[in-house]
Amino acid sequence: MARSRRLAVGALALAATRVLAPAGVRALARRRARRAGADPRPGRWQVVTVATAPEQALPAGRWPEPLRRLDGAVEVWARPAPGGRGTELAVRPLGGECTLPGFAAHLVGDDPGRFLRQVLRQTKQLLETGEVLRADRSPLDRPGTAT
Amino acid sequence: MRALCWAGAGLVEVRRVPDPELRNAQDVIVRVRRSTTCGADLPLLAGRVPEASAGEVLGREFLGDVVEVGPEVRRHRVADRVVVGAAVACGACWFCRQGLLACCDNGTSGVAAEPEWGQPSAGGYGRPARLGGFAGGHAEYVRVPYADVGAFAVPESVSDERAVFAADAAPAGWYGAELGEVAPGDVVAVWGAGAVGQLTADAAVARGADRVVVVDDRDDRLLMVTGHDRVEALNHRYVDVLAELRERSGGRGPDVCVDASGIPAAPGRWPVAEPDVGAALREAVQACRKGGVVVVLDARPGFVDRFPLGALADKGLAVRAARRRGGAAIPALLERMARDELVTEHLATHQMPLERGAEGYALFRDRADGCVRVVFTP
Repeated sequence: MARSRRLAVGALALAATRVLAPAGVRALARRRARRAGADPRPGRWQVVTVATAPEQALPAGRWPEPLRRLDGAVEVWARPAPGGRGTELAVRPLGGECTLPGFAAHLVGDDPGRFLRQVLRQTKQLLETGEVLRADRSPLDRPGTAT
Repeated sequence: MRALCWAGAGLVEVRRVPDPELRNAQDVIVRVRRSTTCGADLPLLAGRVPEASAGEVLGREFLGDVVEVGPEVRRHRVADRVVVGAAVACGACWFCRQGLLACCDNGTSGVAAEPEWGQPSAGGYGRPARLGGFAGGHAEYVRVPYADVGAFAVPESVSDERAVFAADAAPAGWYGAELGEVAPGDVVAVWGAGAVGQLTADAAVARGADRVVVVDDRDDRLLMVTGHDRVEALNHRYVDVLAELRERSGGRGPDVCVDASGIPAAPGRWPVAEPDVGAALREAVQACRKGGVVVVLDARPGFVDRFPLGALADKGLAVRAARRRGGAAIPALLERMARDELVTEHLATHQMPLERGAEGYALFRDRADGCVRVVFTP
């Protein structure tokens, strides 16, 4: 981690909600997350390895999409993966520990780590394949009728 | 369009659902010509996959004609007849570049598809959307993501009934022999005489195995494997399998043991409780010669109790496993099919229109009437 490049940018939504959340609310959210099987350390680094060179993963030091949209709310580091496997790309809520109250939790769920993991996976897909794989429409979106 | 859908525990029915659409630039839409049942469907049909939603289209293995092509597709055109590998894989991530398409990092959409160990595997057709799956091929049309990686042109001389097994059953069987590093002179034991087990036996013979012993409890299936003079059958209802295998391998035990037994049958009902999916694996570990290789195939969910860890360590066994092969082996298998070196249509013991899907799956579940695979025509 010492060699990693930290690219923290000013705080917006996630960091702001952390400041605003009372300690009791954060503890309750942590307990709830634990019961639900979520990560008990939601602010931990989420990491993926992208099969591209660092200069392609972060051209001119800029974050790739869709990670770039979280500019100001997360910190990011990147470093070459061992064995020529590409680039290790990591992200966590700005400041590390983070539990979300109210509206922010409604948007990204109680577990920001899960939300960030989703964004990281999309970033990796975009870098490696050129697009983010879209799911089929759910059967709930398209109820069928028996013939 | 019409599609065979999961309709709740133990229920499948043909429904009218909207046609699939291109959702990504690397997609194609395929008009399905044939699709086949797969043992991996059975836990879902039984209602033991809580992520499933009623209305999801079934069908993991299929082939058909390309009718629509996304703008980034390079290898396929409208009217190509293609067989589609069961693993949805990107072809670009590190795992795909190593040939491990079934381990693809990018084959599912959404973090919800990640297993609890946090490492996603390739996507699949006819799997619940909440597990990152895609609508299956028991339908008139199906969307194929990453079509340049997962769809393969079928040689004109290969029939639909033969080629549909190149989607997954034949690649899985061939992979079993490959993972076991079957070599000339080997004795190989295969648990399971379903399509994958039979094709594993074929592959072992093709790689020069001296003797292949297939273990199952169905005489009708075992009869199908004994056409080759190097393949023998054992029905574990009648014999002590471990003793027989020792006897047939000079007391050493088979060099390679492949567990292709899949989901145990539960005749007459969709199994509600988790069946003992570990019985064949335990026997394979106990039977294998010292320093041999045990290969686990198929898509059995859950956990295995009473695993013979002592035997594994005492004998210094290597264990290798795979759920799906992915598409890497499919072109070579299609060439084998074109040369009549790989014959698979006999595995389609039952052929039906899609409308008889419920009946077909009941036959397949029960292994009744000599059923190995049911092939549907939409």
